[in-house]
Amino acid sequence: MSRLASGARIDRTRPLSFTFNGAPYRGYAGDTLASALLANDVAVVANSVTYGRPRGIFSAGVEEPNALVQVGNETMLRATQVELVEGLEATGLNGRGRLQLDSPSPVAGSSIFPSAVAGSSISPSPSGGGQGGGPRYDKIYAHCEVLVIGGGRAGITASLAAAQTGDRVMLVDEQAELGGRLLGAGWNDWLAASIATLESAPDVRLLTRATAFGHYDQNLVLIAERLPSGGRLWQVRAKRVVIATGAHERPLIFANNDRPGIMLAGAAGTYCNRYGVAPGKRAVIFTNNDSTDAVVADLKRSGITVEAIVDVRAGEAIVDTLANKIPFPARGGRRGEGTADFPSPARGGRREGAADFPSPACGGGQGGGSLRGVVVAALTGDGPSREVECDLLCVSGGFNPTLHLFSQAQGRIRYDEGLACFVPDVAPANVEVIGAAAGDLGGRGQGTIMPYWVVPSDGQEWSNHFVDLERDVTVADVRRALGAGMRSVEHVKRFTTIGTGSDQGKTAGINETAIIAAQLGQPVGSVGVTTFRPPYVPVSFGLMAGRNRGELFDPIRVTAIQPWHVAQGAVFENVGQWKRPWYFPREGEDMDSAVLRECRAAREGVAVMDASTLGKIDIQGPDAAEFLNRMYTNAFDNLKVGSCRYGLMCKADGMVFDDGVVMHLERDRWLATTTTGGAAAVLDWMEEWLQTEWTDLKVRLTSVTDHWADVAVVGPRSRDVVRTLFPALDVSPESFPFMAIREGETAGIPVRLHRITFSGELAYELWTPSWYGLALWEAVMAAGESLGITPYGTESMHVLRAEKGYIICGQDTDGTVTPQDLGMNWIVSKKKTFVGQRSHRRSDPIRADRKHLVGLLPIEGDQLLPEGAQLVAEPEGAAATKMVGHVTSSYRSAALGRAFALAMLQSGRERLGSTVYAPLNGHVVAATVTEPTFYDKDNSRRDS
Amino acid sequence: MLIPCPWCGDREDIEFKYGGSAQVAYPADPAGVDDATWARFLFYRPNPKGGMAERWVHTAGCRRWFKLVRNTVTHEITPP
Repeated sequence: MSRLASGARIDRTRPLSFTFNGAPYRGYAGDTLASALLANDVAVVANSVTYGRPRGIFSAGVEEPNALVQVGNETMLRATQVELVEGLEATGLNGRGRLQLDSPSPVAGSSIFPSAVAGSSISPSPSGGGQGGGPRYDKIYAHCEVLVIGGGRAGITASLAAAQTGDRVMLVDEQAELGGRLLGAGWNDWLAASIATLESAPDVRLLTRATAFGHYDQNLVLIAERLPSGGRLWQVRAKRVVIATGAHERPLIFANNDRPGIMLAGAAGTYCNRYGVAPGKRAVIFTNNDSTDAVVADLKRSGITVEAIVDVRAGEAIVDTLANKIPFPARGGRRGEGTADFPSPARGGRREGAADFPSPACGGGQGGGSLRGVVVAALTGDGPSREVECDLLCVSGGFNPTLHLFSQAQGRIRYDEGLACFVPDVAPANVEVIGAAAGDLGGRGQGTIMPYWVVPSDGQEWSNHFVDLERDVTVADVRRALGAGMRSVEHVKRFTTIGTGSDQGKTAGINETAIIAAQLGQPVGSVGVTTFRPPYVPVSFGLMAGRNRGELFDPIRVTAIQPWHVAQGAVFENVGQWKRPWYFPREGEDMDSAVLRECRAAREGVAVMDASTLGKIDIQGPDAAEFLNRMYTNAFDNLKVGSCRYGLMCKADGMVFDDGVVMHLERDRWLATTTTGGAAAVLDWMEEWLQTEWTDLKVRLTSVTDHWADVAVVGPRSRDVVRTLFPALDVSPESFPFMAIREGETAGIPVRLHRITFSGELAYELWTPSWYGLALWEAVMAAGESLGITPYGTESMHVLRAEKGYIICGQDTDGTVTPQDLGMNWIVSKKKTFVGQRSHRRSDPIRADRKHLVGLLPIEGDQLLPEGAQLVAEPEGAAATKMVGHVTSSYRSAALGRAFALAMLQSGRERLGSTVYAPLNGHVVAATVTEPTFYDKDNSRRDS
Repeated sequence: MLIPCPWCGDREDIEFKYGGSAQVAYPADPAGVDDATWARFLFYRPNPKGGMAERWVHTAGCRRWFKLVRNTVTHEITPP
């Protein structure tokens, strides 16, 4: 055990049990997993990703590149940030991730996603988006005048000042308690008093275990808060952001600088002071600045012998390190002797060999491969070298202000030669940087620094000089990138993968820059750094999703009649956010037979459909008729009150946008219906013209989509049902003709009746305010029961309308189709102007070889063309056969007794009667080109 | 991005729909312009680096259309 007898911020009265790679250990409340592992002398925590080299704990914070662990379902956690709790079970992540395990020992990637997401994200859960037993994630929004990021000395001081003003203040810190580097550093009284002051201030919110990971435009900051049961995503909009994120220490680079036992000097101090752990027994310091003076004192106070202080400012450097031998696992022994040095890039130990070396997971040789000593030599490269035995090497190459968030927010940074680091230059609006993050490194004790980055050593190939520990990238890799001609730090990053690990190169990035600068003979500042992008730390998909999973993924819209559909066992489909009955299967029916039955009922008897999802826009004002005239291709100013008319709408480019029936209700009051999916877009489009171009028109628009339930009663017997419901209403064709509107009431339900059809049959759409919707539907079902009234869904609706050649905007059209292409010249007025009219005269829309809407009848009537199938004109076409069209709608028809389709076909109207071919996988379907109307071409049924 | 709606004040960008450049005027007499002029109105849009006059609509709020100038580099928004 390396636990100190007293001191530090751990609670020795609260011991905790935990396991690491299956082995049991003890720690204390206040420990991180990393400090507890060090206290238990666990030197090796994982094997590196490419070379399988043993690695130990390198830091005491978020910058940790080595000690990646998995706890439960959460992976890619840094042991330095995992709070120790009773019963914690952690495993080290070794090598590369794998999707499947062949052994029960958990290793990297055994769970790419937290199970809460991977397990059940797609299938709706009956509990309404409940998250089961897995991690729970949530989202919260907050606003404040001042957001202080970082709860160290600078952040707390800034928060105290901001709290004085009465502003809303938030102080967030990634650690379990506020204090940052002050924790365990003799500042306990100041910390306690300051936090008490902040806690008692009225509008101050303190958030711990909360990492600000993204800083976006106008001070939107995303914060990941860790909770025992999962996490919470904070989305904070702050008037002012104060960045007090401190600085990360960076290492010096030398041969074999990755051995377990090599640690950032400040981290060694933290383990002594804060966690009461001696991270070694015999230490060597390797430094280029004053900050290690304090570390030396910390180590000595903790009973650690300081064997040597190697200071580049004194002309010395560590040129190599020595390791303990790695014993082979007892069951292996293939190489006989039982020991070997660990794999090295220089010895060609790439990946393949890695599995041969013991992983901490199999308990092979705790401490194998860890630091045994260092080789010290003069910087000049001449003179004798000496070996110093040690099990801890504390390295400091200076400090990098933590400017990730600052840079994400578009703050500009510059290189400071005196401090040997990048510091803030130009801050974005309403962002302030303070403390070590601003380059004030006094608190870290950097003092004088001699900029120094890489120690060369004799005859080596730079391939044991690790720049990025997580990515296993060496100086040799950087040199190779430069040798290949790369100059930009961004290119070198991508070529070498430096900084692309889950630590985002927090300890590697600036060293990379410095190596490039040295190799190219440029100043460090002109090489610059790679772009900082969110997230600052890995963030789980579960946190991003929050509760927006399963049924809560997106708002669900249902009609007033929905409970009836559910009770009848309807199969639903999603139409935008709407749940619409797709078909109503009877027992033993599949979709095809249900749809054939439903269609037959609509054509031969009476059927009923819930059409409530149609978009509805209430249009009022003295200029409403003129407005509609301009919006639609056809005229509305001649439509009498109490009548409806089908209308078609184009965008300015002349292409069909949406369609629907427009009702004239009162002199200055109209109601336009839109496609179910197009309602919002049509309203936006209408508002755009009213507000930006036709500001003289007195018209107001309101969406009333959800205000009305719409029950479509369809079929030759529909008149009987309507007559039963509305005995006082004259429903004869003469007094209630096609496209007329009537008012009525049945069983106390107010109803507006419209003779509108989307099936081509005699049909009525019965509208009632939504809250009567279900009652009206049930009244219709009761009235039609003796006639065998049949509910039908969207699939039958599609079949029925396609038999009539009625288009669906967005299915048969795709934004490149004009009314003329659809053969709908009849609806394009020549007497008035409308949006898109000018475009119909452009050269392209009048090309003779445009695609036209046509019908297709497969020559073998039972062959169903797939929607989207491409069409060619030649049956045995060569490879270069030109595609001449595509299928837009395709169904089996009960009325026709065969399959049929609609298609957009080049010069289609000139190909009527000819044959086109759809080459499918392995076979070709031939079809005859027809008019796009298959049923009741003279509309006698519609008008009956 | 926060967008200042003239009615509702600063709101998150997800409440808005983009209306494109505010510098493309609808021809006063569409029927009277030639194909090239009409095509320029339909298809040509400025794409500056820096300030760009834009139209937005507060589609999930008050539905008001309005103009603003957005810096395409910094997203800084200033009045038109």
